[in-house]
Amino acid sequence: MQAGRWVQPSVLPGFGLTLGFSGAFLAAIVLIPLAALVLKGASLPPSEFWRIATEPRALASYRLTFGASLLAASLNAVFGFVIAWSLVRYSFPGRRVVDAIIDLPFALPTAVSGIALATVFAPQGWIGRWLAPLGIQVAYTWVGIVIALTLIGLPFVVRSVQPALAEVEKSLEDAAESLGAGRWMIFRRVILPTVAPALATGFALALARAIGEYGSVIFIAGNLPMRTEITPLLIVIKLEQFDYLGAAALGLVMLIVSFVMLLTINALQGWRARRTTGRHR
Amino acid sequence: MQPTKHLSKLAVSALLAVLAACGGDSSGAGRLRLLNVSYDPTRELYEDLNAAFTEHWKLSTGQDLDIRQSHAGSGSQARAVIDGLDADVVTLALAYDIDAIHLNSGRLQAAWQSRLPHNSAPYTSTIVFVVRDGNPKGIRDWGDLIKPGVEVITPNPKTSGGARWNYLAAWGYALRLELGDFERLYTGSAEDVERAQKAAAEFVGEIYRRVPVLDRAARASTNTFVQRGIGDVLLAWENEALLALEEVGEGAIDVVLPSVSILAEPTVAVVDTVVDRQGTRAVAEAYLRYLYTPEGQEIVARHHFRPRDPVVAARYADRYPELALFTIDDVFGGWRDAQARHFDDGGMFDRIYSDGAR
Repeated sequence: MQAGRWVQPSVLPGFGLTLGFSGAFLAAIVLIPLAALVLKGASLPPSEFWRIATEPRALASYRLTFGASLLAASLNAVFGFVIAWSLVRYSFPGRRVVDAIIDLPFALPTAVSGIALATVFAPQGWIGRWLAPLGIQVAYTWVGIVIALTLIGLPFVVRSVQPALAEVEKSLEDAAESLGAGRWMIFRRVILPTVAPALATGFALALARAIGEYGSVIFIAGNLPMRTEITPLLIVIKLEQFDYLGAAALGLVMLIVSFVMLLTINALQGWRARRTTGRHR
Repeated sequence: MQPTKHLSKLAVSALLAVLAACGGDSSGAGRLRLLNVSYDPTRELYEDLNAAFTEHWKLSTGQDLDIRQSHAGSGSQARAVIDGLDADVVTLALAYDIDAIHLNSGRLQAAWQSRLPHNSAPYTSTIVFVVRDGNPKGIRDWGDLIKPGVEVITPNPKTSGGARWNYLAAWGYALRLELGDFERLYTGSAEDVERAQKAAAEFVGEIYRRVPVLDRAARASTNTFVQRGIGDVLLAWENEALLALEEVGEGAIDVVLPSVSILAEPTVAVVDTVVDRQGTRAVAEAYLRYLYTPEGQEIVARHHFRPRDPVVAARYADRYPELALFTIDDVFGGWRDAQARHFDDGGMFDRIYSDGAR
């Protein structure tokens, strides 16, 4: 092997230019700020880092942030799939409008979503008014946080699953049916395996978005320490106390956990893709 | 530590350079500029004051002056200045935030607070209660806050300057109740003082256990109480309470003055390194001194802050009724001690939640 052979030759010109640009762009926008965070966090002695990262208040905030995010992403995986299904498989009046509404949480400033949700779900709000007599309080509890995270994560699942669902070949379903498969069987053995990678991507994106979400949550969470305080808020609180190192330590924890979670999901997806293609052969 | 500090400085200055380039507007070379970095509730006050001072400066020096103002939570504004925002003057909610600029960036001299009269606080305010119209829960004094079934709205003292005043006012009330007189903090027996401090911790903890939403800033708490209709009583700056009353009108909320409260002293200062670099020291100092003049004090009083000037204060006596006020120096030994004991990580405030929230 010759030196430089790791570069796959391409018929397209401009490889060096685009790679150089990608590298510089990624470095400036993503890597350098993250490196500053890592360096700042790493300037703490390990024992001190561990103490800050495992304070009871920090631990409570991780539980809430990752727990609520997982729950919200799971809800989105189920209901996002249903919505994508109805948009792809059926045609009904107003379908385009529904399709456009899906993207609204992308465009809306998150603070606006948060304030709107808090207004609607507050004990005097349109929905909260009906829930309050039942003893269900949504705004200013963890339930409100899950709802906010579900709202902002929904488009990720729908938009990931839609094209995959559209790709599912009708002929495969017909074939399965002619071979005697019931509806549930077709769904489980034909449709789901085809859509699964897209669904996993959507889930991962929604999860990642939820973990980092700040703007909408702080309006609907009560922000009480130990109970309804998410980690991003705790980081901001530390910053406002001029505790830069403490904030960097928590930021680093978030960075590491998110990275590991996303890596795991990607690995699972790759494993799954290999397994399903293997079976087809 | 060193390289990261440079890195973040570099990042911030790059960002500011870009912003400056974008904002490079019309201003001619001769035009004088000031940036006043302030906190939330002073927006309307400084809009008026800036107009008046610009005119005053034009008349006395012939120079055109352009004053820009920036408003957000006091703590985050201090952080912005520490991180490199070139404020000529800072007008923040409490001395601690300006101290933080001195301690974390050295952009201010240590003695900043003695350079202007009245501890560098040209106007004051205090902490009062805002209740629903007609005061249905009968909240007249601090003790009523912990009656059964009362929900209290106050922001998080970790992030909000106003919330720290709320917290300390409640603490002071409980101390006085136990000791009878603040003098006893210094003359009473150690056990008495110890017992009183315990009782105060208990009382303040009891208040925070009645707080359903802990907002980040005073303005956010006002919205939670007024717009969302959450809670029975809002602990607020007097200026914020009067502003809310003006906005939503009588018949929706009432303002209640407790028997005793804290003298809140929002402080102002010239940022030394910035004015020296930009050559704006003279105008920046004149700007802050203008706050103390009868004209400045009149504007202050109109915008719901208590003036220092006795003549102006007499004119507004019915709007700002007398009540017993104690200072942070009297009862807590100043901001630095209060911050370290109550609000730093592991302090008294953290203990309320780590002990109680299971």
